[in-house]
Amino acid sequence: MKLPLDGAIDCDAHLSVPNVAALLPFMSEYWRDQIVNRYIDRSGFNLMSYPSRSPFTVRDDWRAGQDTDGLDVLRRNLLEPFRLSTAICHTLHGSIALFNEDMGAEFCKAVNSWVARERLDREPRLRASILVHAQNPALAVEEIERCAQDPRFVAVLLPVMGESPLGRRLYWPIYEACERHGLSLAVHAGSTYRHAPTGSGWTSFQSEDYVLQSSAFENLIVSFLAEGVFQKFQDLKLVCMESGFTWLPTLIWRSSKTWRGVRTEVPWLDRVPSEIIRERIRLTLQPVDAPRDPKILNRILEQIGCDDMLLFSTDYPHSHFDGEDVLPDGLSEELIRKIAIANPLAAFPRLASAHAGQKSRETVQ
Amino acid sequence: MNAPLREQKAAQRLMIVDCDIHPIQRSAKDLYPFLSKHWQEHLETFGGHVRQGLIEQTMWPRMMAAGQRADAYPAQGGPPGSDFELMKRQHLDVNGVEFGMLVALSKGGMEERNPDLARALSSAVNDWQLEAWVKRDARLKAGIVVTGEDPEHAVAEIEKRAGDPSFAQVILSPRSSEPLGRRRYWPIFAAAERAGLPVGLHPAAIPGGSASSGAGWPTYYMQEHHTFVTGSQATAVSLVMEGVFEQFPKLRIAMIEAGFSWAPALGWRMDRIWERMRKETPHLKRPPSEYMREHFWFATQPMEEPENPQDILQVFDWIGWDRIMFSTDYPHWDFDDPRQAIRVRLTDEQREKIFRANAKALYRLP
Repeated sequence: MKLPLDGAIDCDAHLSVPNVAALLPFMSEYWRDQIVNRYIDRSGFNLMSYPSRSPFTVRDDWRAGQDTDGLDVLRRNLLEPFRLSTAICHTLHGSIALFNEDMGAEFCKAVNSWVARERLDREPRLRASILVHAQNPALAVEEIERCAQDPRFVAVLLPVMGESPLGRRLYWPIYEACERHGLSLAVHAGSTYRHAPTGSGWTSFQSEDYVLQSSAFENLIVSFLAEGVFQKFQDLKLVCMESGFTWLPTLIWRSSKTWRGVRTEVPWLDRVPSEIIRERIRLTLQPVDAPRDPKILNRILEQIGCDDMLLFSTDYPHSHFDGEDVLPDGLSEELIRKIAIANPLAAFPRLASAHAGQKSRETVQ
Repeated sequence: MNAPLREQKAAQRLMIVDCDIHPIQRSAKDLYPFLSKHWQEHLETFGGHVRQGLIEQTMWPRMMAAGQRADAYPAQGGPPGSDFELMKRQHLDVNGVEFGMLVALSKGGMEERNPDLARALSSAVNDWQLEAWVKRDARLKAGIVVTGEDPEHAVAEIEKRAGDPSFAQVILSPRSSEPLGRRRYWPIFAAAERAGLPVGLHPAAIPGGSASSGAGWPTYYMQEHHTFVTGSQATAVSLVMEGVFEQFPKLRIAMIEAGFSWAPALGWRMDRIWERMRKETPHLKRPPSEYMREHFWFATQPMEEPENPQDILQVFDWIGWDRIMFSTDYPHWDFDDPRQAIRVRLTDEQREKIFRANAKALYRLP
């Protein structure tokens, strides 16, 4: 069904940088030379997780104009038809898959600057996440510190499958920086393919990899629980993006049962995972990976057992629904209101000030 | 766990098919009668060669008694599961085991890197199951342990054992070097289908070479334990999406110690993605969840424990009451007691299906 209200907050929309040339003005002289002399500027930097012509990467009727400036297209396809107050945009730029962490960090810096200048400055309804290259957490923290001065950045963006499980302590400086600045941690579907997508090696099809994103989110959540990230960072909010959510009830059951048996291994995990998951983890709505029968959807929501967890998203321009029917059938009006506005505001605390119409004082350039 | 024996009225007496029992050798020497002198000497000199950093030890130490029931250690030494008399006394007799499906995870060559040693071990462990277990107790049914990475030998081993009612299934490691649906494994499925034997997939401790999650290696056993679930999801997706069930329409898969409550959501998720992506997998003729519903059976241990216990009935409904098979995982530490594992009231018919009939139908037991 369509959104029955104005002013929803889209928590997962995507921007794409038109080409590397657009990023060069935001790079140092050294890196500009490197990128141009080595013809790196001729590369597409598209992640293997999102092949640009694949059916789910861009919806057919949203393809027109994607290769132009894009902002008008975004307004026409997304902001206006869905009557959004805000869209939180994530730029899954392929530079996060580079092994050279200095080059990766420079690209991330350029992407974030491009987002601020070319999107946030030009369209007040947009907010963004900070892209970081997680292989070197120290460089990632530097970039977070730089961007955090700009209140329009509301989260830090990481792919769910990278070098190591994200709960590991080597990543904690990133979470410390998030907490310091009230930035949420937005973990998005996708892999840099540092590892085979499954514990039994490399799959054949993109469809398999896409299905198995939910398995990666399960492992992410168990990693965060086991490593004690939620205990260490009491204010950190974890948002799972493009994760689906029908797998959540069984993860809640299983991780809580397992914890009863293994809790002495992880003594810092001092509460049952079901409580922690409901308090600290949020998930974006699209793709809805439930059957179309509202009875089944509502059974799943009952089992999730918490109205605070789902956040409205279109996942624009990825293709999960047709026309403007962005909501699955069967949601109560009260729940829609929570999903569309209250839950996003709680999941991204930095939205609150911006949402109230405050003008930003400092912006990233 | 170690409940005292007490007399029960005949009507209350439980009869079960236990779909997951782990027999193990006291040491590698138990296999020597079934190994040539060459391989005996090889084991003495070189030992096994698998894809992990520690020898005969997991890199995620288990929580209690090395992952075993502490009361299942035989008095005369040797690991739990190595003493038939203790298993009989402690489990088969008191828990009303009508049939017990053996899943021999140890030293069967499933993870061995030396291909000739893997062949020798696979054949040896299958002979050993007959001699040390099945011949001593007709309730026990062996599983043909095969070398997944060496399909040629796996097929030969299946053909050698096919027709012997002592063997009820093929045991193939899902911690393979490639996802199990990939074509290199198809000869194994073809042979299992020809022999009319289900393929039992039981995740175990030794990795197949890839990190246990798509994001790398877990730190804690708590995480490694969960990768049995996500790894099994990956196996199911691979088998379905590669079109294994279009190719082998009579193939039946038993997911053992893989969890099961995840299966409905995985089916729905695959269906929704297949709607948009189906051109990539034109070999699939039906929604993915239909293949799952038709070709997968699930052993129950470790029993799922929904917060609202009644939700387990919903899970059984979604998966299909004819696809759930009780298992204990004896002698492992998270053993499920058949009297306590299911906390909700089942009808007699439902109980009969889960505790006996479904497994009997799958494994064609009398």
